[in-house]
Amino acid sequence: MLDLGIDVLFKGTNFLRLLQGLWVSIEISLISVVISILLGMIVGVLMTMNNPILHVALKVYLEIVRIMPQMVLLFIVYFGTTRVFGLDLSAEASAIIVFCFWGTAEMGDLVRGSIKSISKVQFESAYALGMDKVQTYWYVISPQTFRRLVPLSINLITRMIKTTSLVMMIGIVEVLKVSQQIIEANRKISPNAAFGVFAVVFLLYFMVCWPISRLSNYLEKRWV
Amino acid sequence: MDKETLVSYIPLYRDALLLTLKIGWQGILFSFVIGLIGAAITHFKVKVLKTIVGIYIELFRNTPLLVQLFFIYFALPKVGVKITAEACGVLGLGLLGGAYMIETFRSGLESIPIIQTESSYSLGMSKLQTFWYIILPQAVSISVPGLLANVIFLLKETSVFSTISLMDLMFTAKDLIGMYAKTIECLFLLVVFYLIMLLPVSIIGALIERRLRYAGFGD
Repeated sequence: MLDLGIDVLFKGTNFLRLLQGLWVSIEISLISVVISILLGMIVGVLMTMNNPILHVALKVYLEIVRIMPQMVLLFIVYFGTTRVFGLDLSAEASAIIVFCFWGTAEMGDLVRGSIKSISKVQFESAYALGMDKVQTYWYVISPQTFRRLVPLSINLITRMIKTTSLVMMIGIVEVLKVSQQIIEANRKISPNAAFGVFAVVFLLYFMVCWPISRLSNYLEKRWV
Repeated sequence: MDKETLVSYIPLYRDALLLTLKIGWQGILFSFVIGLIGAAITHFKVKVLKTIVGIYIELFRNTPLLVQLFFIYFALPKVGVKITAEACGVLGLGLLGGAYMIETFRSGLESIPIIQTESSYSLGMSKLQTFWYIILPQAVSISVPGLLANVIFLLKETSVFSTISLMDLMFTAKDLIGMYAKTIECLFLLVVFYLIMLLPVSIIGALIERRLRYAGFGD
């Protein structure tokens, strides 16, 4: 029978190490998602205001995030800041900074989109009923935006988790790095380890992201 | 910043850009083909194939490109499937992009109201004629913003090719930083070359989007 090299994972603490590596990615993405959602709401509301300077500044910010690969941003923050400012940022800190920078823009755009998608009638009706601006936003607009936003921000979590696989490139020991270490360490005993280990990593990512994206789909169908 | 260093690095970055573009456009073309075929399969509800397409979409949308590439490049040779790094890049990008393209095309097809189909039947058009002359043009024009977003997303994703030792922009930058430690110059050129690649796509994309917005008649 073809040796698929899955047995490597059951030697010693290998599988546990793999899971710990996965947790590193998930931890970084969860921290970044929470910060991004909070900042993104502010950015999103700012974008719906009609201030021309603010509008241009935020447009440029969004365009930068849209065009620059996250890996480039990671390199700039991790290697660039050390060089230019002499800052010694840890790899984890730079990863979180980059993912927040990226996530805030994504979230801001989602918030802007969902505020814009609420029809004008809602505002007008609320005013006609004698509500003031704060009441209108609090009781009428925000519950509707919230319902639209929840599935979209859950979706952002899966994208965040998928993107954190890049942090391997700046030296964080996460699931891919651990799997490379395992494969290297067992090169002699189990030359086919690469297949088994990478297949398992593939499935691990899938098992983390798939339920989250199903949940997001489900909520989107139910609420929107 | 050192001007001489910048000038001497430009040819290296240019070659890297060309390689990135080469793999990029092949991968994107491949993903378009997968997208169209997959969307047609789900639209016409072909048995069995429909399930396979569904599983494929879920698998590739819920895993990072980096992991997919590692699987194709390092794992598959162990079971006898050997391909070059370049082919691996095209294949990985195409498979990832395909999963996104199917969704985009499909939502375009779904957004055409049923009355369009019914009206063209009542005008005496056949099923194929209806699909080709009535549904597809509208669906494509609705999908354009999504497709362009996918193209930009895929071009950005090419940055992970450096991990399977393809000499793309990211690889060149990392290599030069490692060899000569001119970090600022290397990072500056990296940003400039990514802008050269993606800014035109973004701007032309916005123009095309405006030009093609004829489908939403009556909004």
